[in-house]
Amino acid sequence: MSIIYLLLAISVIVALLFFVAFIISVKSGQYDDTYTPSVRMLFEDEVIKEKPQIAPKTNEQTLMTDQLK
Amino acid sequence: MDVCFHCGDECTITAIMHQDHCFCCYGCKTVFDILNENDLSYYYELETSPGSIPSKFDGKFDYLKNETIAKKLLEFDELSTKIVSFVIPSIHCSSCIWILENLNKLNPDIKTTQVNFPKKKVRVSFDSEKLTLHQLVLILCKIGYEPNISLNDSDAKTPAINRSLIYKLGAAGFAFGNIMFLSFPEYFEVSEFWLDRYKPVFRWLILIFSIPVAFYSGSDYLVSAYKSIRSKLLNIDVPIAIGILVLFIRSAVEITMNWGSGFLDSMAGLVFFLLLGKFFQQKTYAFLSFERDYKSYFPIAVTRLTKNNTSKDHKGSQEEQAQVYDLVAGDRIIIRNNELIPVDGVLIRGTVLIDYSFVTGEADLVSKQPGEHLFAGGRQQSGVIEMDVLKSVEQSYLTQLWSNEIFSKNGKSSFQTFTNQISKRFTISILSIALLATLFWLIYNPSLALTVFTAVLIVACPCAIALAAPFTLGNLLRIFGTHKCYVKNSGVIEQLANVDTVVFDKTGTLTTNYKNVITYEGIELTEEEQSLLTSTLRASNHPLSRSLYHLLLEHNIHTLDDFQEEIGQGIIGVLDQNKIKVGSYAFVASDQSECNQATQNQTTVHISTNDTYKGCYIFYNDYRKGMQNVFQSLAKNCKLTVLSGDNEGEKNHLKEILPPHTDLVFNQKPIDKLNYIKALQAKGQNVLMVGDGLNDAGALAQSDVGLVISENINVFSPACDGILEATRFKDIPAFITLSRKGKKVIMYAFIFSLCYNLIGLGFAVSGHLEPIVAAILMPLSSISIVLFTTIYTYSLGRKFNRNTNE
Repeated sequence: MSIIYLLLAISVIVALLFFVAFIISVKSGQYDDTYTPSVRMLFEDEVIKEKPQIAPKTNEQTLMTDQLK
Repeated sequence: MDVCFHCGDECTITAIMHQDHCFCCYGCKTVFDILNENDLSYYYELETSPGSIPSKFDGKFDYLKNETIAKKLLEFDELSTKIVSFVIPSIHCSSCIWILENLNKLNPDIKTTQVNFPKKKVRVSFDSEKLTLHQLVLILCKIGYEPNISLNDSDAKTPAINRSLIYKLGAAGFAFGNIMFLSFPEYFEVSEFWLDRYKPVFRWLILIFSIPVAFYSGSDYLVSAYKSIRSKLLNIDVPIAIGILVLFIRSAVEITMNWGSGFLDSMAGLVFFLLLGKFFQQKTYAFLSFERDYKSYFPIAVTRLTKNNTSKDHKGSQEEQAQVYDLVAGDRIIIRNNELIPVDGVLIRGTVLIDYSFVTGEADLVSKQPGEHLFAGGRQQSGVIEMDVLKSVEQSYLTQLWSNEIFSKNGKSSFQTFTNQISKRFTISILSIALLATLFWLIYNPSLALTVFTAVLIVACPCAIALAAPFTLGNLLRIFGTHKCYVKNSGVIEQLANVDTVVFDKTGTLTTNYKNVITYEGIELTEEEQSLLTSTLRASNHPLSRSLYHLLLEHNIHTLDDFQEEIGQGIIGVLDQNKIKVGSYAFVASDQSECNQATQNQTTVHISTNDTYKGCYIFYNDYRKGMQNVFQSLAKNCKLTVLSGDNEGEKNHLKEILPPHTDLVFNQKPIDKLNYIKALQAKGQNVLMVGDGLNDAGALAQSDVGLVISENINVFSPACDGILEATRFKDIPAFITLSRKGKKVIMYAFIFSLCYNLIGLGFAVSGHLEPIVAAILMPLSSISIVLFTTIYTYSLGRKFNRNTNE
C-alpha cells in the first residue's frame, strides 16, 4: 500500500478537525459579539487593596486608558 | 465652567463640590459615592466622565414585584439561579462594560454579568433567594443604567439567531480549499507514474468534498431558482443554479466514467465567492431595531385599582400591578407623571396634560377634564391621574393602525432589483447561444455537441454579475453607516436610487423638538412687568414656561408673594400688589371676543397684568438647519410634499421658505398619511417618506423607502427602512445622489463582467474549455469585479466625505 493513502487521510482528518472546531465555535455564539471581548481584555487586573485608599495611578494604567479613548 | 466628574455635563448654579470633584447634580454625586464606597472608582479612570445622570424612577418598576410579570422577563429560572437580559440604552463606553461586569462587587448576590456592547444588552445571573428582580433593576437604576423594559419583552423569548449563512460559508470555504489542494496535480499535468496511478483517488475525494458545496452551501440558489421559475420569473439565481448543477453533473459523470477531472474546483470557488458576497452584504446594526411597533414603546404593566364591591367609586381599593394585556374594559388604572397611557379610556380624577406628539405629531400639550376621553399613546405630564379603561390594548385607536395589512406584509417583495431586471435577458440569451452552438456542433461534429452545450452553460454562469450588486451595495451601506444613516439592508439603497417623490412629516422631522423662536405681539411690557413675568415663569415647569424663561433670563428675579399654577390653564404670580396672569387666552383675558384670529392656530402664551390684557408671546418651531437647502436641491429631480398632522398655522410661513411646487397637506391622521402615500404609489411614483414618530408609522411602512429622523438613535423609532441622525438631516440629498451613483457602479461592473463572459464563451463555443481555463477565468472575473466595485465605492465615499464636511 502506498503512503499516499495515509497522507491523504491525515490531511483530510486534520482539515475536518478544524472545520468541526469552527462549527462548534460558531454554534456556541462566539462570533455573535465580536466587539465586547476586545474591550474586556484591556481591563486592569484586580488590585487587592489593604486599606480603602485610592490606588495611585501607574503610568501603565494611564497608557491603557488613553488607548481606550 | 467645570464639567461634572460623573456625567460630563456642564455644572451650572447647582454645582456640588465633593471630594475635589465637581458634580452637576445630587444624582451624579450619589452614583459617585456608591461606586467609591464599593472600590469601583476605576470606572472613572477608564474614561473621563463616563456616567449618565440617574433618572427618577420612584415606583416606576413596582410592577416587577408582581411574580407573574417578573417571570415573563426571565430567561432562565431554576432553583436559586435566575438569568435575565436587559437592554440598557445608556451603555456607551468601555467604562460601562467594566462597571456592569463588576456588579457583583456592589451586591454579592449578583453572580455574573456579561455585556454585549453592540446590542447594548446585559445578561445578569443572580441568586433569586436573596435578591429579587425588582431589587436588581433598582441597583442598575441607582448607578445610572436604567434598563428599558417594554411590552415587547413580555411577548416572546428572543428568536434563535440564524447562523446558517456562516455555516454554509464555512462549509464552502472548507471544501473549496481542500478541492484546490487536491486538484494541484491535475493543474500541472505531471505525467509522473505514481501521480497517474492515484488520479482516481484524488478525483473521488474531490467529488465527495463537492457534494455538500452543491447541495448544502448552494441550496439557497437552487431553492430560489426553483421558486422563481415556478412563479415564471427569471431572477439572477436561475442562471447561477443552472451553472452549479451543470458543473456538478458534468464533473460527476466525467469522474465516475474516468473521462476527465471535471470542473469541481470552479464550482466550489463559485459558490464560495457568491456566499462571501452575501455575507458581506449582511451588515447589521445590532443596537438598532428596524421592526419595532407600539409594543416596544408601551409599558409592560400599569397600576390597577382592585375593585371593591362595597363602594362604587373605588374608595379604599387596593393598588396592584397588572399586565397591560390583562386590562379589560371597566378596569380603573392609575397613570403617574411621565407614564404612558397604554389604553383608551375615560379620565376620572386628576388633571391631565398629555403629550400626544408621538401619536399625532402635534407638539403642544393637550389638557383634559374629568369625563373626557383619553387615547392610548399619550404621555402624562402633570401629576397622578385615575382613568377607566374603555378598550383593551389591541383595540385602541392607536394600535389599530397596526392591524392595517401593510404591517403584516413581510418586506417589500414586489421590488425588482436591478440585477434581476438584467438577468432575464441574460438568461434567455445564454440559453439561445448554448442551443445554437449545440446545433452547429451536432451537424459538424456530433461527439463534441454535449461538451459544448455544458461548457457554454458553465462559462456563462453570471458569478461576477451576481457579485457586483452585493459588494457595491454592501460598501455603500458601510459608507451610509459612518455618516450616521443606518439602513436596514442593502436593498434599501437600491430603492433609494429610484426615488422620485419625497414626502416629509413636519413636526419633529422638519422642525426640531424645541420651540425656540419666540415673538411678542401686543402692548409692550414695562421693565417691572417683565421682571415679574420672569419671576413667575421661573416657578413653573410647563415646557412653554421654560422656553420663555430662558428668553427673559436677564431680568431681575424676585421672590414672589404668591404663586398659583392652574394645570392646563396658566399661572398666576403676585408681587407688591401687582398681579400677573400667564397662560391661555381664556384664562388670561376677561373678555373672550377680543381674541386675535390670526394667533388661534399658533402656540401662544398670553399675558395680563392686574386684569388688563397685554399681549401674547407666539412660539414658532425652529426648522432644522439647512432645511431650505435640502428642499432646493431635492426639488431639482423629485416631487416634494410636506405632510403634517398639525394644523395649518405654519402654512404661510412654510410657503415662503420652501420651493414653489412643494405640496403642503395639513391635518393628516396617521391613516391619512398612509393613504396619501398609497395614492402616490398608485400613480407609479417611488416614494421616500421621511418621518419621526409613531404617527408616521403607517406611511413609513407603505412607502418604498421609509427614513426616520432621530435625535437620539438609541431611543424608540418606529418600523422603518433606515434611521438617520438628526444632525445629518442636511445630507439627505447627498445620500440619494450617492445611492444613484452606486447604481451606476453596478452597471459598469455588469458591462465589465459581460466582457469576461464573452471571452469565456469564445472558448466554450469552439469546444476548447479546459478545466484549467475555467479554474482561472472564473475566480479571476469574480475577484476583479470585487476589486473594481470596492475601489470605485471607496472613492465615492471619499468624495462624499469632502462634500458633506464643507
